[in-house]
Amino acid sequence: MYETSSWAIAIFVAFVSFVLWISYHFARKTKTAKGYFAAGGNIHWSVNGIAFAGDYLSAASFLGICGMIATVGYDGFLYSIGYLAGWIVALFVVAEPMKRLGKFTFTDAIDAKFNSKGVQLTAAISTLVVSTFYLIPQMVGAGTLVTPLLGLPHWMGVVMVGTIVIIIVATAGMASTTYVQFLKGGLLIIFSITIVIVTLYNGLTTHPKSSRDTVYHQLATLPVKLNAEGQPQPQDWHYKLLSTASPAKGFVFAKLDKDNTQSWWHLTKDQNGEDVLTETYWVTVLANPVTDKKGLKVSTLYNGIPITESKPIQEGHIEKLKYNGKEVDSVSNLSIAEFLQSIKESTIVRFLKKTFPDGDDKVTVYYQTPTSGKDILTPGILFKVDSAKGATLMNKLNFVSLMMALFFGTAALPHILIRYYTVPTPAAARKSTIVAIAAIGLFYVLTLFMGLGAMVNGVVDLTDNNMSAPLLAKSFGITLFAIISAIAFATVLGTVSGLIVAASGAVAHDLMDRFFDMKLTDKKKVQAGKIAAVSVGCIAMLLGVAFKGMNVSYLVGWAFAVAASANLPAIIMLLFWKGTTKQGVASSIIVGILSSVGLILLSPDMFERYGMLRTAAPISLDNPGIVSIPLSFIVLVVVSLLSSSQKNKQYLRPSAVPEKLAV
Amino acid sequence: MKHGPATDWSKDKASSFKTRIGVWMFILYAIIYAGFVIINTFNPKIMGSDIGGTNLAIIYGFGLIIFALMLAFVYNAICTAAEEELNGPDADLEQSEEM
Repeated sequence: MYETSSWAIAIFVAFVSFVLWISYHFARKTKTAKGYFAAGGNIHWSVNGIAFAGDYLSAASFLGICGMIATVGYDGFLYSIGYLAGWIVALFVVAEPMKRLGKFTFTDAIDAKFNSKGVQLTAAISTLVVSTFYLIPQMVGAGTLVTPLLGLPHWMGVVMVGTIVIIIVATAGMASTTYVQFLKGGLLIIFSITIVIVTLYNGLTTHPKSSRDTVYHQLATLPVKLNAEGQPQPQDWHYKLLSTASPAKGFVFAKLDKDNTQSWWHLTKDQNGEDVLTETYWVTVLANPVTDKKGLKVSTLYNGIPITESKPIQEGHIEKLKYNGKEVDSVSNLSIAEFLQSIKESTIVRFLKKTFPDGDDKVTVYYQTPTSGKDILTPGILFKVDSAKGATLMNKLNFVSLMMALFFGTAALPHILIRYYTVPTPAAARKSTIVAIAAIGLFYVLTLFMGLGAMVNGVVDLTDNNMSAPLLAKSFGITLFAIISAIAFATVLGTVSGLIVAASGAVAHDLMDRFFDMKLTDKKKVQAGKIAAVSVGCIAMLLGVAFKGMNVSYLVGWAFAVAASANLPAIIMLLFWKGTTKQGVASSIIVGILSSVGLILLSPDMFERYGMLRTAAPISLDNPGIVSIPLSFIVLVVVSLLSSSQKNKQYLRPSAVPEKLAV
Repeated sequence: MKHGPATDWSKDKASSFKTRIGVWMFILYAIIYAGFVIINTFNPKIMGSDIGGTNLAIIYGFGLIIFALMLAFVYNAICTAAEEELNGPDADLEQSEEM
């Protein structure tokens, strides 16, 4: 369990209260549907640009990317590159036309040409599905944040965010969401710069501490002799071998006893090629819960101690630190170039995990994996792309699929698209996108330094890497940690608010008002939007609890794939192909949703989530984009051609060809 | 309530020019992005090549971010100039409310 600080809690509560006050302030000004769903369409482009950054730099970016870089190095930074590249599609292809065509929602723009019930229904469903997929990582991130900050369990964080967001959205809508995002987007960038400056100033050391009042723990190594059965016998007579486990080929873990205290060790070889056992960290999930000192039933142990009494497992350090080619113990006051060069020349200890049964209990062992800095600063640790290191064609397809989804996903996210309706003109939409690219680009450059800083400073929580950046801030001081956590929490609040406004717009405006033709008054429409917001918020809370522990950026990768498959073909083809028909658009949206969501549900990652073996998954593709995006495009073209030729046959006159779209 | 666009943009005479420029700039960036993905997929060792104190992976990655920003500024400058020339200097301020 993390120790809580009342100072940190005070800063956090003050910040969240301020956010709620902003919400209340703008709530009083919001009277119309346009005010609720599009902030009256009169936000200044510079404010909207930073609000874009606030919307976009969600839990996935600050928590997920930094966490991923902290565990797998450059492969996590690929998300930063892909997320930013996606804005090029948004700026050059989508921004101005979307502003011209739409009014409140993504569906408006898609349906502007057709006024078709089928398009209205499918586009609204797509908005709901994509928003829900995007909501999952935000809620997971929220739960992760409150654990170290407020000492609350994960589910409580999820419920807290859900409740606060429902209050924000149900009271004020897009205007307050915009100003909350503006505030939080700006602060996130300022404080991320602060973390990077402190990281570079403090420099690198082989003995990092996870906070100012902790002592660096030197991990032990035990020389061993292998007996006839190949079991490791420690040469230090204080240790006795109890049992061994071999969860995978080439892996042996030994359970040792010393003075009636048990511990798990990893059998490996030292620099001289001698057999040794290296110390590990481990988490035990007990079949039969034990009682802690406070009398609570506990079924999870950290290093043999009930989770309620133990410290979190935080690690990651440099084994051999090199500066300008020389081996040193520590080095400080580094420039950006010196920091990267030192990391590249050094050897860093990362921790990988293996899970196996120990009697009736389940043990997850986190073992040391020394990795060269050169490998950390090149792709390949998470995404297996090098054939020489055993990468398969499917590994490569997974990588291409992810990069495709990131590139094409941004411009198809409903909560990003609706932000184009908060500015007065298409030119303002363009300018706000450019401000967003500048702010987001700067932030993504910083993620590499925050992630690498966390990796080598002993702060990565091995059980959940999402908190790496805030925990890096905690190692510098509790105030910086509290501010960063409050901003990150507001980040989640803001993004979730935007997503829920998008989802409630789909229900109230697209479905009720337009598809079902309910002829809602302005007031009724806002009311329906608020009821929809509460419902979507509750669903998001349940999903946030269900997906606990998964890297939030990884989850966002899925949301991007669904958005790019369901929405982008319709947007692009509408703008650039005159032959697009309403049947083509509706079919493409449906096929995009079904294929992307279907492939995700059948992926090895989801099978692992279901508690089954990855190999049991019928397909071995983890990211669906490479299949579902082209498929959705093909369906749009084929159905459009078929439906327009049928129409031509029916009327036998050229006027039946869809009108030219003004772009 | 009408369901048309929120604002009157039909007077934007620079629209088709901006669309063309946007598509060309998108294609340019997409080619460079695709190059990054292709190198990573088919010859990842090249990404580890030393360039100064760092490697190609870092330079290309940062390069993609900085290049996106540069293109965005250039695109905005071209579009603003086109709008001013074709629509007049105050075109950006035009708007009409439908509510």
